[in-house]
Amino acid sequence: MQAILEFEKPIEELEVKIAELRNFATEKGIDLTNEIAILENRAREVKESIYSNLNSWQKVLIARHPERPNVYDYIKHLFTQFYELFGDRLYGDDPSVVGGIARFRGRAVTVLGHLKGKDTKENLARNFGMAHPEGYRKAMRLMKQAEKFKRPLICFIDTPGAYPGMGAEERGQSEAIARSILTMASLRTPIIAVIIGEGGSGGALAFGVGDRVLMLEHTIYSVISPEGYASILWKDASRNKEAAETFGITAQDVLKLGVVDRIVPEPVGGAHRDPEATAKSLGQAISESLDELLSTDPEILIESRYNKFRAMGQAYLV
Amino acid sequence: MVLDFFRKQKYITVQPESENRDIPEGIWVKCSRCSEILFNKELDHNHKVCLKCGYHFRVPAHERMEMTLDEGSFREMDAGMLPVNPLNLPDYGDKLDSAVKKTGLKEAVVTGEGSIGGYPVVMVVMDARYMMGSMGTVVGEKITRAIEAAAAGCKPLLIFSASGGARMQEGILSLMQMAKTVAALTRLEEAGQLYISVLTDPTTGGVSASFAALGDIIIAEPGALIGFAGQRVIEQTIRQKLPEGFQRAEFLKQHGFVDMVVPRPQLRAVLTGLLDLHLREEI
Repeated sequence: MQAILEFEKPIEELEVKIAELRNFATEKGIDLTNEIAILENRAREVKESIYSNLNSWQKVLIARHPERPNVYDYIKHLFTQFYELFGDRLYGDDPSVVGGIARFRGRAVTVLGHLKGKDTKENLARNFGMAHPEGYRKAMRLMKQAEKFKRPLICFIDTPGAYPGMGAEERGQSEAIARSILTMASLRTPIIAVIIGEGGSGGALAFGVGDRVLMLEHTIYSVISPEGYASILWKDASRNKEAAETFGITAQDVLKLGVVDRIVPEPVGGAHRDPEATAKSLGQAISESLDELLSTDPEILIESRYNKFRAMGQAYLV
Repeated sequence: MVLDFFRKQKYITVQPESENRDIPEGIWVKCSRCSEILFNKELDHNHKVCLKCGYHFRVPAHERMEMTLDEGSFREMDAGMLPVNPLNLPDYGDKLDSAVKKTGLKEAVVTGEGSIGGYPVVMVVMDARYMMGSMGTVVGEKITRAIEAAAAGCKPLLIFSASGGARMQEGILSLMQMAKTVAALTRLEEAGQLYISVLTDPTTGGVSASFAALGDIIIAEPGALIGFAGQRVIEQTIRQKLPEGFQRAEFLKQHGFVDMVVPRPQLRAVLTGLLDLHLREEI
């Protein structure tokens, strides 16, 4: 059963009614097609109206929805011949980062992403998508491999942020994140990064230095979580909703600030209501970006990537 | 009783001194670690290192330039670049104003050219007094320009980090400064130019996880706090107190993330020696 967000309740109520009516019709053998159609229409309208007027906090909730498709879902829907590769060859394997090789529309590619679980058990195993240094180092290994075999790199970003633990600090997560950014900045192969849920802080940026950076419609990208903003700047973690509105973290805000290239539409009702349709929409966007990048000379590719990140914030300088 | 007359009736409460690491103007100053009362002139003479316990006081950017570079060699770059408020936050402007007033700096970093032991360098110094040295758009831009200047002018780059991390008030643009500065370092790499990163107290968050971690040689000052996650956040996550010395310079060296921990009075000599090895051939 789907986890229902507070603001989605009107949709849920209508959907329950429709299901009841359907059951009733089959049990009693009565034709209720018209009544059902009316309700379905109503449900669609309600869904559309709710989803076209989401506030920033509601978007945070959708971005964090436990049933939101994760990197494995997109791998399943978008790629064939996926082989997952493990380990950083230095210390261990980080289960909160998934990486491997696969085929995307005929072409061999390298795939990377943070992995959040869909229930508590999975989340504990995946550390809620919060990587340790091993995760970034595994990723870097696969990035260099992609470069060697001239495979495009596709990164799926979905993390609350780097893991604030002792081991992560002892094993140098600062260095791991910094070097991952450096590796991406100079990688001689096309890179597409997609934010599929939460783009949290340095942990997200470690996979985010792409020639094209895309965001799904109901996702966030931020330097710190809304909770972090509220507790640090306002000393009051309960003001997270207000922080979400204030600090420009939604895909739409981030696009306006010139930080990402494109927003990929989600089906009405959000990615969690229809993972397959979301994957289809995302596949189309990735494919278009990839076509543009593959026709670009590698030297020019790196130069444009440099200029792209070089320009971050420049519009605001006085 | 006559003795009651002498008995102390009232007690005054002495407020414990707040942990203020900025040195107030005055003749005397108290060491924030060992509480020794130090003569300011002597402290300055000792590179702002406590004469009793070796505690390294934080150093304002211009003083750092003075104590590191050859006398009179410093030429500031991008001195006029003003702070910006890209998200139009109502209270950020005031914060910036008071930081400017407090420090006399326009932003949290000072960049420029100079020489050390006669060797020309590009020098970047962050100032923790200015909004905890946090990196927003302007700090990122100034550092990037300095890196590019070092690459283009074939000069070694020295960055003294002192920062709590990305500047939250500039949102996602602050995060992007990590990518911007790190990307610029690829130019330095291509130019085959030396980059010495000096980590001073504190070097944390987005600064520790970008250019600061990527020096060819990484030097830390004794006792400096260096790490990605904040100590309070880690303690909340693991639900226990962190051990003494966690995320300090010596800890970083022990775990392989810092080449040397150099006390400040010796730092200039070490830098000169390293520059000499990179810039002067004997045969």
